[in-house]
Amino acid sequence: MDLVTIAFYFFGALTIIFGAVVVFSKNIMYSAFSLLFTFFGIAGLYVLLNADFLAITQIMIYIGGILVLIIFGVMLTTRITGVDVKSGTMGKFQLATTGILTTVIAITLLIVFSSTKWYLKEVPAVESTVNDIGNKLLTNYLLAFEAASMLLLIAIVGAAFIARKK
Amino acid sequence: MENVNFIYDLLGKNFIAIILVISLPLMFVLVYALAAILAELKVSAWIQERLGPMRTGPWGILQPIAEVVKLIQKEDITPDKANKPLYNLAPFIIFTGAYAAFAVIPFSEYFVPAGINLGLFYVFAVGSISAIGLVMGGWASNNKYSLMGAMRSVAQLISYEIPAAMAILSIVVLASTMNMQEINKLQSGWFWNWFIFGGPGSITKIWVIPFTIGLSLIYFISSLAETNRVPFDIPEGESELVAGFHTEYSGMKFAMFFFAEYANMFIVAAILATIFLGGWNSPFDTFMQGPIWGAFWFISKAFSVVFVQIWLRWTLPRFRVDQLMYVGWKVLLPISFVCFLAVSLFVMLK
Repeated sequence: MDLVTIAFYFFGALTIIFGAVVVFSKNIMYSAFSLLFTFFGIAGLYVLLNADFLAITQIMIYIGGILVLIIFGVMLTTRITGVDVKSGTMGKFQLATTGILTTVIAITLLIVFSSTKWYLKEVPAVESTVNDIGNKLLTNYLLAFEAASMLLLIAIVGAAFIARKK
Repeated sequence: MENVNFIYDLLGKNFIAIILVISLPLMFVLVYALAAILAELKVSAWIQERLGPMRTGPWGILQPIAEVVKLIQKEDITPDKANKPLYNLAPFIIFTGAYAAFAVIPFSEYFVPAGINLGLFYVFAVGSISAIGLVMGGWASNNKYSLMGAMRSVAQLISYEIPAAMAILSIVVLASTMNMQEINKLQSGWFWNWFIFGGPGSITKIWVIPFTIGLSLIYFISSLAETNRVPFDIPEGESELVAGFHTEYSGMKFAMFFFAEYANMFIVAAILATIFLGGWNSPFDTFMQGPIWGAFWFISKAFSVVFVQIWLRWTLPRFRVDQLMYVGWKVLLPISFVCFLAVSLFVMLK
């Protein structure tokens, strides 16, 4: 095994193990903090796919933004309003239904994955993805880019409006 | 991007070489932290007209070693009601976040641990891992002061990340690359080629110089806030919060917070030195220019910035929380936008 293969299994295991902690943990703070490792593992997998820009964006947006937001949300609602945010347990019926559904979906996906003839192509290693992404965003995908920026602006104005109201 | 790295040139790209490349900045951080502790003690003493530590070794130079030995010997106390796994994990997360940024810091022309193309963006992204560590430590300590400190710290970190990002983004526009090694190469030659003086170019760049100097000041002020240094140290203001998020930590875990803080100080100083002050370039064209001199110039520039940080700490009083937010959002952010537009206009006209 070369280093890249070891790194792949390492990041894959990190993602799956901590993803399981997120789902199964009884303590919601553990779930929130485990997301840190899951997001980090996914970023590592992106790096191995030569998507360096995507990987760093993953760390920036998910760990720096969304995760901090989630942790603050959980922390403040529990401590200030006195309402405990807990990851609850389910009844037997729900558990059985979810278990069966998940198993069926997983088996279907595995069959589809193994029976498909994947088109594999040798791609030359990309020097830098960020230049291409930047050019595409401001030429071919300009409309989507501008629409996203408008949406964010509206969200900011809305958040400021809600926060101002006493 | 050709990765120039003297360890890979000497040993080839094998496992031992990779370990060496990873651990070299760690040794540097440990030695640097000792030097910085001594500098902090001595500079504070001089500013307050004292002598500072004089008894440990000649002129007190062994004082930092004594401090570290003291910290190792101290009892490691975990509060009874603390959340043990998260409480023990937090110092490691914070140090990881601080140390991860060293991966792209160009120490010299021939040594940068990973010369990736997105260096500046990466430094910004991994900074957020430290923020998670802060919240983790503050929450897990189960102490009101710790929680308040962690919340203040993250709020401040997020607010001041924006002006700092604008300052860096302007330099990225000017240099049209995010690779820190490339940015260094662009600034070679005399010191007026540094980006604090508008970068390389003819005399027409003169009108953009005030804006780039402004950007460097904005970056420096924001970096003080991000590293929780005075005058932005309200997350650990002793008179209000005991010690902020690390109130409950003692012994070696406290030492890790301490090292992480000093590592963060060095990182922001190193970024400032790289993108505004020419990095490993000599200020005087080819005079004392070269790989080893490069490391000398880089480290002395970064240390000068660290010195200014220490100097400010013992000179300025602390901001109030509302003043801090006022400065961040209503002063630094608009100025950084104006500077960004000016720099963009300059690049378009060039």
